[in-house]
Amino acid sequence: MGKLELSGKPVIPGHANGFALVSREALSFWGGYDWKSGEITDRRHPLSGENAKGKVLVVPFTRGSSTTTAVLLEAIRAGTAPIAIITTATDFFFALASVVAGELYEKSFPLIALSESDFSLLKTGDQIEIVDNGKLIISN
Amino acid sequence: MTLYLTAKDQEMLKGAHGPAVKMAMSILVRMAEVSGANELLDITGSHIDSTVYIGDAGLEFAERLASLGAKVAVPTTLNVSGLDEHHWKEWAVPSLWAQQAHRQMVAYQSMGTIPTWTCAPYQTEMRPAFGQQIAWGESNAIVFANSVIGARTERYPDMFDVCCAITGRAPAIGLHLTKNRAGKILLKLMHIPQALQLGDDFYPVLGHYLGKITQDRIAVIEGMSVLPNDDQLKALGAAAASSGAVALFHMVGVTPEAPTLDAAFQGNTPEETIMVTMDILRQSRKELTHADDSRLDMVVLGSPHFSLAEFKTLAALVAGKKKNPNVKFLVTSSRAMTQLAGHAGFLDTIQAFGAQLTVDTCILTTPMLPKEIQFLMTNSAKFAYYAPGLLDKKIAFSSLSDCVHSAVKGEIIRDETLWES
Repeated sequence: MGKLELSGKPVIPGHANGFALVSREALSFWGGYDWKSGEITDRRHPLSGENAKGKVLVVPFTRGSSTTTAVLLEAIRAGTAPIAIITTATDFFFALASVVAGELYEKSFPLIALSESDFSLLKTGDQIEIVDNGKLIISN
Repeated sequence: MTLYLTAKDQEMLKGAHGPAVKMAMSILVRMAEVSGANELLDITGSHIDSTVYIGDAGLEFAERLASLGAKVAVPTTLNVSGLDEHHWKEWAVPSLWAQQAHRQMVAYQSMGTIPTWTCAPYQTEMRPAFGQQIAWGESNAIVFANSVIGARTERYPDMFDVCCAITGRAPAIGLHLTKNRAGKILLKLMHIPQALQLGDDFYPVLGHYLGKITQDRIAVIEGMSVLPNDDQLKALGAAAASSGAVALFHMVGVTPEAPTLDAAFQGNTPEETIMVTMDILRQSRKELTHADDSRLDMVVLGSPHFSLAEFKTLAALVAGKKKNPNVKFLVTSSRAMTQLAGHAGFLDTIQAFGAQLTVDTCILTTPMLPKEIQFLMTNSAKFAYYAPGLLDKKIAFSSLSDCVHSAVKGEIIRDETLWES
């Protein structure tokens, strides 16, 4: 067991605490995320078959379809979304899902951007607590 | 960095132009701040991808805006819908889905938009011009507008496109700005036979590789020995925008911002140079096939939506032939393009072959395919990329002529001649 503190950019500020699901590969939610269950369904993606519901999803950015935001919004409404997302750069698609979820349902989620070197320290199964100002406390 | 808002932007934000503009502007401003914009800029047009029905959240968003009286401020085209209003009853579309998808269509149509219902708005009369600032959704349309036309849009997601359309504004970020349009990575085509470059399947294969290798870095392709047409470039872009986050590529001597290699890089040196060999392309082609035997239930064409030229090519390929009765053969396009193809006489030939047509949507955006259809074949890298995850079906990729021959034979056959050399 160790503890590690990292500081990222709070693209959408907020608090969350949960287990990490990590991939170095970008993900499209359209064709890649089943919003009815939270399962990652992109059969070409390393996280295929994992369930991200209630997890802290750690992926560098979104790829592919413009519909990623809409799929994530459905997941938020259905309660099958990750509780927070950590990326390497400000991801417009994830950020918009959080902003619209705030506007429609008062359910925005924290989105934190890390440097690539800090991002590479995270592993699936880490417990990640997101506190103020984009600070992360990681226990593994 | 703070965001500068004009007096009119501030009026919109405060609600002086009505509640729909206020909602759209508040999302726009929030996102402009998130992305570090200094200001907003005027747009001359928009393309709304949010028309695709996914579930109740997207519908609630659309109906919220519509009920607040939302109207678009600039000419705005609509992407594919979740429903072919003309033919959905011939397929496995559940009626509840049809009702919800229809409500979403009505909501976006009520905003004064142009009901193009196509993912290829650049092949309508609403095609933007070089240098125009636009706010487009739909990944394949974004990459085409930026790369092939030289219009300027960021890679915008669903629901943001409509906020830009309603306010007539977009954040001054990313690909709206000249400096961010420079190439970063050079893809050099190494001895790719001209015969391959003349065909249709080279482009999605190259695009699939480009998206995977560059992810979100702007690629410059050098070494073409033919001048590709719009349909070939659309296939390349759609593939790259599926396997990667590609919103712009340059092709030296072909696309408008790349008259020379130096112009494509805006005088900078490439961060990385990759030699694209036949071996690389063969591997990329293999990755697009997600089926392990030759069984075939259905050929699916038209992602992005078929153009008039593609209808013409297909008509020539199928003339006088009959597909195997055990195989379905589907072409998707917009209602307008399909009508044109009808007037031109192509549809009679295509339907005599046994093909069916679906308009305004596609197999990925409406639940039309019944369970018993499991083995698909296509010449679209976008269908090939998304069908396994979205539809849970096996799919094989090959050229248009292989798709036709396979439909006649009743099993997947692929001509390897050009790929072996």
